[in-house]
Amino acid sequence: MSTPSRTDTATAAAAVAATNAPDRGHDHNENEGHGHVEVDGVLLSAELVEGPSVASHDVAEYALWLGDDSLVLAQQLGWWISRAPELEEDIALGNIALDLIGHARSLLHYAGAESNRTEDDLAYWRTEPSWRSAHLFEQPNGDFAHTIARQFIAANYLFELYSRLADSADATLAAIAAKAVKEVDYHRDHAAQWVLRLALGTEESRARMICGLGDLWPFVDELFVDEPLIDRLDGVAVRPSTLRAPATDAMAPVLREAELNEPRGFISSGGGRRGDHSENLGPLLAEMQVLARAHPGASW
Amino acid sequence: MTIPPVPYDIAPRPAAGTSPEEQQFNDLIAADSRIEPRDWMPEAYRKTLVRQISQHAHSEIIGMQPEGNWITRAPSLKRKAILLAKVQDEAGHGLYLYSAAQTLGITRDEMTDALIAGKARYSSIFNYPSPTWADMGSIGWLVDGAAICNQVPLCRASYGPYGRAMVRICKEESFHQRQGFEILLELMNGTDEQRAMAQESVNRWYWPALQMFGPPDDDSPNSAQSMKWNIKRFSNDELRQRFVGMLVPQAEVLGVTLPDPDLRWNEEKGVYDMGEIDWTEFHEVLQGRGPANARRLQRRRDAHEAGRWVREAAAAYARKQAAKLTETAVA
Repeated sequence: MSTPSRTDTATAAAAVAATNAPDRGHDHNENEGHGHVEVDGVLLSAELVEGPSVASHDVAEYALWLGDDSLVLAQQLGWWISRAPELEEDIALGNIALDLIGHARSLLHYAGAESNRTEDDLAYWRTEPSWRSAHLFEQPNGDFAHTIARQFIAANYLFELYSRLADSADATLAAIAAKAVKEVDYHRDHAAQWVLRLALGTEESRARMICGLGDLWPFVDELFVDEPLIDRLDGVAVRPSTLRAPATDAMAPVLREAELNEPRGFISSGGGRRGDHSENLGPLLAEMQVLARAHPGASW
Repeated sequence: MTIPPVPYDIAPRPAAGTSPEEQQFNDLIAADSRIEPRDWMPEAYRKTLVRQISQHAHSEIIGMQPEGNWITRAPSLKRKAILLAKVQDEAGHGLYLYSAAQTLGITRDEMTDALIAGKARYSSIFNYPSPTWADMGSIGWLVDGAAICNQVPLCRASYGPYGRAMVRICKEESFHQRQGFEILLELMNGTDEQRAMAQESVNRWYWPALQMFGPPDDDSPNSAQSMKWNIKRFSNDELRQRFVGMLVPQAEVLGVTLPDPDLRWNEEKGVYDMGEIDWTEFHEVLQGRGPANARRLQRRRDAHEAGRWVREAAAAYARKQAAKLTETAVA
């Protein structure tokens, strides 16, 4: 039997395709109707948005803010798969995590171009102080109500952000945002549906939802803080303070229907945009980066 | 992901005397047509299918664990996304298959309860652990590869909902196998450490993957009935043989060695001769003495228990909403 030598992926893929037809030559009918099935590789890279521009240092820093938020949140949500309360929720949370990884990859790819770093250089080879994620995204999954509370705040914030960023003077950010906003709109709906069910379901679920919302609410404030970077990105970045009213207004009717009050308690001083992180980020990065860092220079 | 061997403890035999509806069933089978949920079917046929489809569904659900183990540690964002999508596909496969089984008169709750109580089987392959990243490659290449060999013929299974679910599933499995192959290829083209990781993993998964086709034909008493009913199309040994035939050239492309010193091409028979499979290990794992049986079930049970209050909340909310609608209608 002649086989191609081990050379490149294209040859290998062809070899897989050629030998992946277990029924060929055995039963003629297998190849008709619902017989042999084969699918060409799905190109996940096509999911990524690549724009025309190269980011300036400031734009790259801003892209890092947004990319880090999405990646840290996706990393947390990925834990739920095979642990969710219902099979449908394994799928839904997995979907949301996948969307967020897609946003993160586009944003980190863009952020890295300026300094000649890849998305993976940024994801796997930065230590905590170089991360720019806001504390909300770093908060642990907790129980399902905590995860939903975090999703509810995050998705509403991201929706308002991306709706405006789609009009950014920076064409790449605008393109990424235009794609992302459609996806976070679904995340927003998913979270709202669960806030209602948990808050109005049983006594236990209501107590847990109130607790989850109370534990996550202290991290809302940081999302709307204007850092000096924003002043330098007029027309490119969305000014965080301008998102407070629309995000709050978007959450209000859901909270009202769920008979929940906006929690009034602690307000975290945050600091993620400046590299000051919650205690959760370190362990999260340690887990995410462990394999990549054990093999410097390796490709996967 | 995989079809467990046809259950051992069912020995279905149609009752003597043929009723008109039984004749119709027999005619449909003889014509290689499909049986649909509302058609009459022998109780043993129904039972065999419920058992096989639910075992298959459970395999998808438990099969999420060994790969889910690496989502948070995947070494690149692209691999993380692909792995996440793959594990999510498996949840989707579980969902289609539970739905197909439900058309036979069993509920998802009953099937889940049986799984958690340790009364239902799932493919033994998932009772092996996934300690290295290369296992993501081996699971895709070997485990999904074996599953494809098993499942492509099931696209023609006589029971309509099962066959149709399998068509969708096979399309995705083909992608899964390819991504596993690519993970291994990347490792084999990488550093010495990466190559060693790939070979070590293939060594661990090769034999359990061959066992996925079930015991040898002369030790598989119920296969014959399943073949008569057009549920099963090829024997365990035939499928295993095809699988090995598919693997050998792919292993050469990868540059990995299949861990069977007796594996060689038999010119006369036109197939590969292979070494003896350790059926003692197979039966041990099947009987609950594999490396991870307890962990797999515990994780499923924990998730199910921890999610109970959420499911109850959703049900309570639905009841309240329905009651509100009724009130509004009355008013």
